[in-house]
Amino acid sequence: MIQIENATKTFGQGDSAFTALRDVSVDIAANEFFTLLGPSGCGKTTLLRLIAGFEPPTKGAILLSGSDISRLPPNQRPVNTVFQNYALFPHMSVAQNIAFGLEMLGKPKAEIAKTVDEMLRLVRMEELKDRRTSEISGGQQQRVALARALAPHPQVLLLDEPLSALDLKLRKEMQIELKRLQSETGITFVFVTHDQEEALTMSDRVAVMNAGRILQVGSPRDIYERPSERFVANFIGESNFLDAERIGGDVTLAAGGSFAAAVPEGVPEGKVSVLIRPEHIRVRGGQPEAGELSAKVETVVYSGDATTLHLRLATGEVLKARMANAPDSDAAVPAEGQDAAVSIAPGAVTVLRD
Amino acid sequence: MSEATTHRPTYRPGELEAEANAADNRNRWLLSLPALVIIVCAAAGPLLVMVVYSFLTPGDYGNVKWEFSLEGWIGTLVQRDIFDDTLMWADAHLSIFWRSLSLSLITTFLTLIFGVPTAWFIATQPPSRKQFWLFLVTVPFWTNLLVRTIAIQELIRSEGVINLVLLKIGIITEPIQMMFTDFAIGFGMTYVYLPLMVLPVYAAVDKLDFRLVEAAHDLYAGRWTAFRRVILPLIKPGIIAGSILVFVPSLGAYVTPRVLGGGKNLMFGNLIELQFGAGRNWPLGAALSLMLMAAVMVSLIFYVRVTSREQADG
Ligand SMILES: Nc1ncnc2c1ncn2[C@@H]1O[C@H](COP(=O)(O)OP(=O)(O)OP(=O)(O)O)[C@@H](O)[C@H]1O
Ligand SMILES: [Mg+2]
Repeated sequence: MIQIENATKTFGQGDSAFTALRDVSVDIAANEFFTLLGPSGCGKTTLLRLIAGFEPPTKGAILLSGSDISRLPPNQRPVNTVFQNYALFPHMSVAQNIAFGLEMLGKPKAEIAKTVDEMLRLVRMEELKDRRTSEISGGQQQRVALARALAPHPQVLLLDEPLSALDLKLRKEMQIELKRLQSETGITFVFVTHDQEEALTMSDRVAVMNAGRILQVGSPRDIYERPSERFVANFIGESNFLDAERIGGDVTLAAGGSFAAAVPEGVPEGKVSVLIRPEHIRVRGGQPEAGELSAKVETVVYSGDATTLHLRLATGEVLKARMANAPDSDAAVPAEGQDAAVSIAPGAVTVLRD
Repeated sequence: MSEATTHRPTYRPGELEAEANAADNRNRWLLSLPALVIIVCAAAGPLLVMVVYSFLTPGDYGNVKWEFSLEGWIGTLVQRDIFDDTLMWADAHLSIFWRSLSLSLITTFLTLIFGVPTAWFIATQPPSRKQFWLFLVTVPFWTNLLVRTIAIQELIRSEGVINLVLLKIGIITEPIQMMFTDFAIGFGMTYVYLPLMVLPVYAAVDKLDFRLVEAAHDLYAGRWTAFRRVILPLIKPGIIAGSILVFVPSLGAYVTPRVLGGGKNLMFGNLIELQFGAGRNWPLGAALSLMLMAAVMVSLIFYVRVTSREQADG
């Protein structure tokens, strides 16, 4: 559907030049819910602007259904945007904002009215349809922006942090609503967020970005369980990074213990860094048996549904372990200062590229 | 405020606010007092004098005699023949009024044509250069109006710069008569009032959020439609303010038509001046001034009506 081929975007010239995107290539499939995830300033909005056509790429090309659209103006691309700052027209009412795209496409009046009503119902703004957009709350503005971009039924919808201004409850509802909309309408969604949970729960695939590059593209499970780089692992969820020695698909931790591990491409044999998620670690009090590591419990933090332990390994490395709480689990958790035996679930060790 | 809160420890709900509002209102009156004094002394007072004078009898050497008369007002519309006292329409006044009106409208139109693109250009410059361009636009304000008008005269008179250049390069063989024509007045007024159009339009364009223009393009609007549907409505307040700022003083312009239009091509301002000077008919002058003011008021009210109705419609 959308192919981005070696897109580079540099703002300014000479000394003040700033490269916001570096050689980004990615294929987004039709009817996919594709998410760009990354910290502030990593180039998410810039990539959307390239797809929408507000900025030409400095290098590279953008293809839509096989044809190069890099030089098409935004009004000739079947792509609509939900802007990060909403960009609603302040001199028009909510309904007029939603109707704008349809009017520009020259749709008949009756059809416009019908679609606008549908959209108003969808984003639950029927009562406020005659309000000025300056007279509604931030969350309501965000919903109008969504309705306005959806109304012309584009092939691709670009959403730049469309839920960031909503309260938790509405945000969860809109997440489900968006997901439903996307599968019903068959529109390809390119969704930007810096909320990892939102990215994991909503997306078919996620691209993790940092400093103008795409580091990894994959399903939420891939990204979470088999991150290829330390940055990706760190950005999504809690992580333990340990030193290890790799021979083929086997990894021996510096702290002891040998595991079969997933290995991304391009990692040399020898010293590597591995990731173990805290919830993949089991801890019990007492001395380690075969296949377990010995550790000392430093702190125990209770947080409702789980308990997090900070363990000191023989190598001096700190390991976080997260154990789900059950009514009878209290006795099983070792106390602070105790010796403990640590076991790591099979398949929990991932080699990182970094 | 603080005094009120210290002596009375308990308040019924709403009382505090009412108290604060009253104090606020008192302060507001006090603060607006200087402006009120100026308005009363400098605007309402002289205006009252004009109204009174327009109903008096002209004195023999200017000034007025304190006898009630409607001659001043009658004189704005009709003329008494010097020999046989028959009345006829004061065509001269009407045609001067008409010329003033049309020249002012043309001036407003021309300042729009030149001013809006200029304002747009300045507002879209990088911030460091904006200041420079704004400075250039306002420079003429720092020079006396008469001096500026005479400078224009230097440009357009028969031996002036424009004619000399055109003669030199052989486009014309005879100098073009530009001085003392309506063209000269329109040209001069456009130049003089251009900054009054550029500045408010600049302020509006500068405030314009260009992301809205992007949103319009994103929703399939081409350049022209985006301009008409999004940009124009948003900068309209600036355009209206500029048009009022140009139109109102144009209608009463005096110096520019006097210098560039000569004695023949009078505008309304000159006609009024004539009554107070050589014409020695102060009541007529006062009545003509009030008519001019009424015309300005009517056009302002019209503007306000149109704009507020549009705002209500959304
Ligand atoms: N027009 C521009 N000129 C110069 N630099 C720019 C321009 N637009 C963006 N940048 C820079 O490019 C980088 C990426 O910006 P971008 O807006 O794409 O970030 P983002 O990932 O969307 O961040 P956020 O999550 O904060 O919205 C930033 O460092 C920003 O300062
Ligand atoms: Mg952004």
